[in-house]
Amino acid sequence: MSAILPLDLVSAVVVIWLALAVLGLVAQASPRFVTNFIFPLGACASLVLLAAAFSALGGTPDIAVLPLGLPDLPFHLRLDALSAFFLLLLGAASFGISLYSAGYFRTMDKGTLGLLCFEYHLFLASMVLVMLADDAYMFMVAWETMAISSYFLVTTDHKIPEIRSAGFIYLLVAHVGAIAILMCFGVLQGGHGDYTFATMRNAHLTEFWASITFFLALFGFGAKAGMLPLHVWLPEAHPAAPSPVSAMMSGIMLKTAIYGILRVSFDLLDMQLWWWGVLTMSLGLLTALYGVLFAAVQTDMKRLLAYSSIENIGIILVGIGLTLVFHAFHKDALAALAITATLYHALNHAFMKGLLFLGTGSVLHATGERNLGKLGGLIHSMPKLALLVLVGALALAGLPPLNGFVSEWLLLQAFLLSPGLPLPYLNMLVPVAAAALVLAAALAGYVMVKFYGVIFLGQPREKRIEKAHDIGIWEQLGLGWLALGCLLLGIFPVFVIFNIDHVTRTLVGQTLGSTPAQTGWLLLTPIHPERASYSPLILFAIVVIGVLFTIFVVKKFYHGRLRRGPAWDCGFPEQTARMQDTAEGFGQPIRQIFKQFFGVIREVPSPFDKKPHYHGETRDLLWDWGYLPIARLAETLSRLAGKLQHGRIPIYLLYSFVTLLALLVFVR
Amino acid sequence: MSYSGLLLQLFQDALVVLIAPLLLGWVNQCRAWLQNRSGAGVLQPYRNLVKLFHKDAVLANNASPLFRFTPYILFSGMWLAAALVPVIATDLPLSPAVDVIALVGIFALARVFISLAAMDIGTAFGTLGARREMLVGFLAEPALLMVFFTASAISQSTSLVTIVETLAHRQFVLYPSLAFAAVAFVMVMLAENARIPVDNPATHLELTMIHEAMILEYSARHLALVEWASAIKLLAYITIGIALFAPWGIAEASNLEALPLALAALFLKLAVAGASLALLETLSAKLRIFRVPEYLGTAFLLAVLAMLVHFLLGA
Repeated sequence: MSAILPLDLVSAVVVIWLALAVLGLVAQASPRFVTNFIFPLGACASLVLLAAAFSALGGTPDIAVLPLGLPDLPFHLRLDALSAFFLLLLGAASFGISLYSAGYFRTMDKGTLGLLCFEYHLFLASMVLVMLADDAYMFMVAWETMAISSYFLVTTDHKIPEIRSAGFIYLLVAHVGAIAILMCFGVLQGGHGDYTFATMRNAHLTEFWASITFFLALFGFGAKAGMLPLHVWLPEAHPAAPSPVSAMMSGIMLKTAIYGILRVSFDLLDMQLWWWGVLTMSLGLLTALYGVLFAAVQTDMKRLLAYSSIENIGIILVGIGLTLVFHAFHKDALAALAITATLYHALNHAFMKGLLFLGTGSVLHATGERNLGKLGGLIHSMPKLALLVLVGALALAGLPPLNGFVSEWLLLQAFLLSPGLPLPYLNMLVPVAAAALVLAAALAGYVMVKFYGVIFLGQPREKRIEKAHDIGIWEQLGLGWLALGCLLLGIFPVFVIFNIDHVTRTLVGQTLGSTPAQTGWLLLTPIHPERASYSPLILFAIVVIGVLFTIFVVKKFYHGRLRRGPAWDCGFPEQTARMQDTAEGFGQPIRQIFKQFFGVIREVPSPFDKKPHYHGETRDLLWDWGYLPIARLAETLSRLAGKLQHGRIPIYLLYSFVTLLALLVFVR
Repeated sequence: MSYSGLLLQLFQDALVVLIAPLLLGWVNQCRAWLQNRSGAGVLQPYRNLVKLFHKDAVLANNASPLFRFTPYILFSGMWLAAALVPVIATDLPLSPAVDVIALVGIFALARVFISLAAMDIGTAFGTLGARREMLVGFLAEPALLMVFFTASAISQSTSLVTIVETLAHRQFVLYPSLAFAAVAFVMVMLAENARIPVDNPATHLELTMIHEAMILEYSARHLALVEWASAIKLLAYITIGIALFAPWGIAEASNLEALPLALAALFLKLAVAGASLALLETLSAKLRIFRVPEYLGTAFLLAVLAMLVHFLLGA
């Protein structure tokens, strides 16, 4: 066999990234070389990965055994449709992010840059290995490498105490999750002692143990994904990390967790129970609503996006839950629809969130400001960035004809089709779940108007940000790629679904069908043309034609005279930039309506204060009610345990003596 | 795609743009009559548009391209929405491209753009209007979707054409699910079109205005397009209401003979709907803005209830 297999190409990409990582360390004396050469080269490797993954989508699974690892435990690799899809996501998103990084890290000081380049490429390579792993041992090694390299990326600015504590929380949650994943694999191997995935696929578990496995996986991978109540690390880690790292973590790393859940529940487990689906769906809905509500009240632009990621992970989990329910009841056509929506949304989110996080990076670079309350009016000083971020914001708000809308449309179709399940209570639950989902989707629009409007529109709230410089060529390329992705994924859904079908087939045994062949590539018809159809291209074309036509008619018949003057504002003479809504102000209605869900701390000055001071803070109640008690309990327990330690040898000898006596008494 | 279908589509496109101001004029006239005023006549909105198109546009110094571009997006978006509702005939070649979910998406797109444009100048009123509009939107949009979902659950389709055909052929009795949905729809329609009790299109009172606050900075051709788009939006909502809850008389397939009758039926229904809207607005008072979430929450719950009732009773 002389042809190059996709698996070989993917492995080559891993090797290239590892080599670039080391090269970054070696060449750290010359930052120019690192930014102009290593990062673009890494981006080229992403393209190779994209191509390899794309060709592997339709092919048969490739298997390889590496002569690495422990003596009796070689690394197993496998590239099947599911891994190929997530590798494709990784390649596509990391291409844009790496290009952007080439420009973004230009101003970083030497020592940090070399380390960062090392960790960055190691992180990329480890994510590929997570998706290639075909045994639990290699999976965990890759998974932990991913966690640790991203920990170091998050704590790039480790001299700031908040960033160190954010990194610690991240590492803690990541490891609690990793323990659950490890136990999940432990149950899965079913006592054979063989940890390859091939054995796990053949193992038959009882319903009880299968459920234990599923929930361990959901917990473990959910911790990485940001599922409620394990989401607390996201809003801490994302603002701390450099923006390309946030983009990569939110756009790609969260999806490795989704990959893990899908791998365990649809591939490794041989049964799916319907109530797993109901539970996952409920958790997903809670996560989505919780995330979007908190996103609406944030004042830090990266925290806002972090909460929005939590929301999107919630939507993806809803999709997985729905798929599980359908699959358990052998409604495979519906399961195919739900899983397609899920995968589509995962892909979309990589593009949208990558784009927006990178956009905040550019804003941060140009203004040095992360607080929404101090930004504003950047559309004038950074028009290119404003245009590209607008695409991402509209996509994330789920508006047609961009990509976010397509996946939400598919998911809603799946919901609408669900009646007919054998359990009547479940049929009742579905409309309620659909209602919660559309509420979350509508709130996402609110969040995005706030995000975009407060940063880019209006007047600058601080004098100094008027002089912000627009983005350079590398940033434009990276952002442009991701924005183009948002547009194309939105306009040509039939092609995308045609390729996702390969994954759907391996997961649920059925596909959305040969719709492109039946109805042409213009119309997206997941079930039947009579049932539902959507054509973003036609919609896009009509809107464009409508706009051009209107402009033409207005130009033709209208004199077109235009004057510039001060803003009218109902004739109010005094207008300052401070009169615009701040981020707090824009989020106020949400805080008002949903105040039960927030821990709001407000200090309102009295009217007679000489120096009025206003302070408002919205706290995460789960942190206060869930995490702090656990932390306090752990502290109390360790203090009790600490009482045993006195540092005096006679007392330790006494302990040994008592233990020995006890053993003699009990063991005999 | 049939030739007559294409013709019909073009006819409807032209029709909705041209009669939308008339509908607005009719509503205003009815309201004037109900309030014992003589009113400006049904043609007043056309005169307003002509006047606005003759004026010089004044733009704020810091208006960005987004601000100038938005009226066009708004206008063509609303035009598309109104052109897609099968209100004269069900055989529209464009209708497979956009189903009810996408229709809600188009409304959302327009809303997001106008809110962004309102924030663009950076005045206190603009951001206030944008914030309130998004507040109304995030509650009204799910409610509208749930109304549509109820209709889709009945007709097993999210395509507007199929929904209309199914509903038109059902027995003429009161369906509880549709009744709930209709109430929810009317509530949403009032909110989305900035009518009393949520907003008052006739005032510029700072404490209450939503839509007017957003478009304060627009003038001349831009304002004309925004106003026209609002009129088309009102027409689109009323025709959606007609299509869902009173679909009788709509010509099926490309039956050109049925067209005059369908047109007459449409005008009659629009006249009745416009007069009812005016009556509803005269009888109710403007809500405080803090009460709006409760109002829309009620609409949302009613719509969810409608869908639950459909699944429970199968009707």
